[in-house]
Amino acid sequence: MKYTVNEQGYYGDFGGAYIPEMLYPNVEELRQQYQNIITDESFKAEFESLLKDYVGRPSPLYHARRLSEKYGANIFLKREDLNHTGSHKINNAIGQILLAQRLGKKRIIAETGAGQHGVATATVCALMGIECVVYMGEIDMERQAPNVARMKMLGAKVVPATSGSKTLKDATNEAMRDWINNPVDTHYIIGSVVGPYPYPEMVARFQSIISLEAKKQLLEHTGSELPQYVLACVGGGSNAMGMFYHFLEDEQVKLIAIEAAGKGVNSGHSAATSVLGKEGILHGSRTILMQTEDGQVVEPYSISAGLDYPGIGPQHAHLHKIKRAEYVNITDDEALQAGLLLSQLEGIIPAIESAHAFAQLEKMKFEKTDNVVVCLSGRGDKDLSTYIKHFGF
Amino acid sequence: MNRLNSMFNQKKNNLLSVYFTAGYPDLNATVDVAEALEKAGVDFLEIGFPYSDPVADGPTIQNSSQQALDNGMTLNVLFEQLAELRKRVSIPVLLMGYANPMVQYGVERFCAKAAEVGVDGVIVPDLPMYEYETLYKECFAKHGLSNIFLVTPQTAEDRIRKIDGLSNSFIYLLSSASITGGSLTLSDVTETYFKRIKDMELTNPVVIGFGISNKAAFDKATAYANGAIVGSAFVKFQAEEGYLERIPEFVKSIRN
Ligand SMILES: Cc1ncc(COP(=O)(O)O)c(C=O)c1O
Repeated sequence: MKYTVNEQGYYGDFGGAYIPEMLYPNVEELRQQYQNIITDESFKAEFESLLKDYVGRPSPLYHARRLSEKYGANIFLKREDLNHTGSHKINNAIGQILLAQRLGKKRIIAETGAGQHGVATATVCALMGIECVVYMGEIDMERQAPNVARMKMLGAKVVPATSGSKTLKDATNEAMRDWINNPVDTHYIIGSVVGPYPYPEMVARFQSIISLEAKKQLLEHTGSELPQYVLACVGGGSNAMGMFYHFLEDEQVKLIAIEAAGKGVNSGHSAATSVLGKEGILHGSRTILMQTEDGQVVEPYSISAGLDYPGIGPQHAHLHKIKRAEYVNITDDEALQAGLLLSQLEGIIPAIESAHAFAQLEKMKFEKTDNVVVCLSGRGDKDLSTYIKHFGF
Repeated sequence: MNRLNSMFNQKKNNLLSVYFTAGYPDLNATVDVAEALEKAGVDFLEIGFPYSDPVADGPTIQNSSQQALDNGMTLNVLFEQLAELRKRVSIPVLLMGYANPMVQYGVERFCAKAAEVGVDGVIVPDLPMYEYETLYKECFAKHGLSNIFLVTPQTAEDRIRKIDGLSNSFIYLLSSASITGGSLTLSDVTETYFKRIKDMELTNPVVIGFGISNKAAFDKATAYANGAIVGSAFVKFQAEEGYLERIPEFVKSIRN
């Protein structure tokens, strides 16, 4: 199992728990308890039942006929956009709220970029009747305004992060500060496979339902569990990790992770971490991050708030380093075009994050018999104003 | 024996340390501020090397860090300033900052350079004990640098004992579980916590920091510990007109 985490919380050179002492008791409590809790029968039963009846899982694996014709391969979409709240983020939020309840926590905090994780967290908090505070970069609050309203309607308090680039990285800083100040009663629901161990592992496990289902569904559609290619976009990397998880050991399956190039990798306005980043420490783990020579974090840029992050989760850093997955990138314009194409060929408006994964199809050469799975991580409702602005509808 | 150990050998009570961010409010303020603090009677200095994402810090130190970075502060600049500082300042100097800048600089290179310019100890809040022990402890020891660990109200007793065993100058006791810039609540809970630590009779001296913003807080902290550290309150004071000349006044307002 060379792709999984070791006892100290490392994936090869990456991971660990680089946290101030103030957070040690919380993180240690999680580390000690989460395995037992999530493998407990009552937890599993409640998790599965909520995923089925509340989220609407399994999410379909849809054979996209017109897209397949265009690219000359069998293209399947893993429809995380059809989940309740509109993205994959709800899988992790459900898992973590059940965990928080079992840890006796009375208050939930979260960070959010696109607002999808914030909405998912606000949703599960409403469901369980638990207080919820979501930190969101001031810039993201503007560009993802519908999600801010959704969170408020769900009863969450949304706090703007006004430091730094005023995006996801800064929202994460603020959430960590809140957790330091409220160590006993609060659980921090991190929204991606980032943060100190055990978060990357825990979030990946909650999201691994995506590839677990996909394997079964592929078998039904194609007669084989294994496709030739699996594609997913990467912000922190949770939908990608969930989509890759059960294919990691199947070495013949090519895993492709798509980062946001923003205005171009070398434009100075990019979030293509695997190209622009170096090894270092961000938000509690050793990983790859965009930074200056002096170790200051560089402010990233992407049109998509969910991919606008200067790091990637430590397991992605590992998969990148040992080349188990290929990390590529897509510009704002390419992603927007791919979003338009998917809308008009298949009648599905994707989140701009997910559109990055679809744009990669343009750049690939397929055999007619290739089976390709793309993770459609979320729906595009939240991005309509960006699409409208770009295309002038 | 480094300056920190000599200091704790000579003086056991009422030690006052002040934190400030290198390169704030002006890039070249570092040495002048240090010298003025020494002249005003401060016992040792904690100099922050700024980081873009200081998760353990409140708005005051976040802002001073960002300002310092905007002013052009880097580790290379800081080490040059510290070499200059040592010609004028003889009290112990600690560097405080986050792991990533140190790791990018290279931990071995960082330790060698810090020792060369007269730094006595380092506080890196996000450097975990496991990584310190397995990767960095030897390097710190080789260069005679003390690594200072933090202890909070939530730190379990066996962990405090372990920290005591790994420490070789002092233990940094947080007045509460919080980021920097709060203010010490003089409640029974705080007092019980301070007393609990005092009663553990640790081998290392204990200095209390975070939330020490005035004389009352300083007095309360030093009733239970060997000293206290003032941080955000001083950084806030540095925003005032003519702060440099008025440093003696500030120090007197904390301890007289
Ligand atoms: C629809 C969608 N896809 C992808 C992401 C990126 O996150 P991750 O890389 O953790 O999947 C987000 C984040 O907000 C999102 O909303």
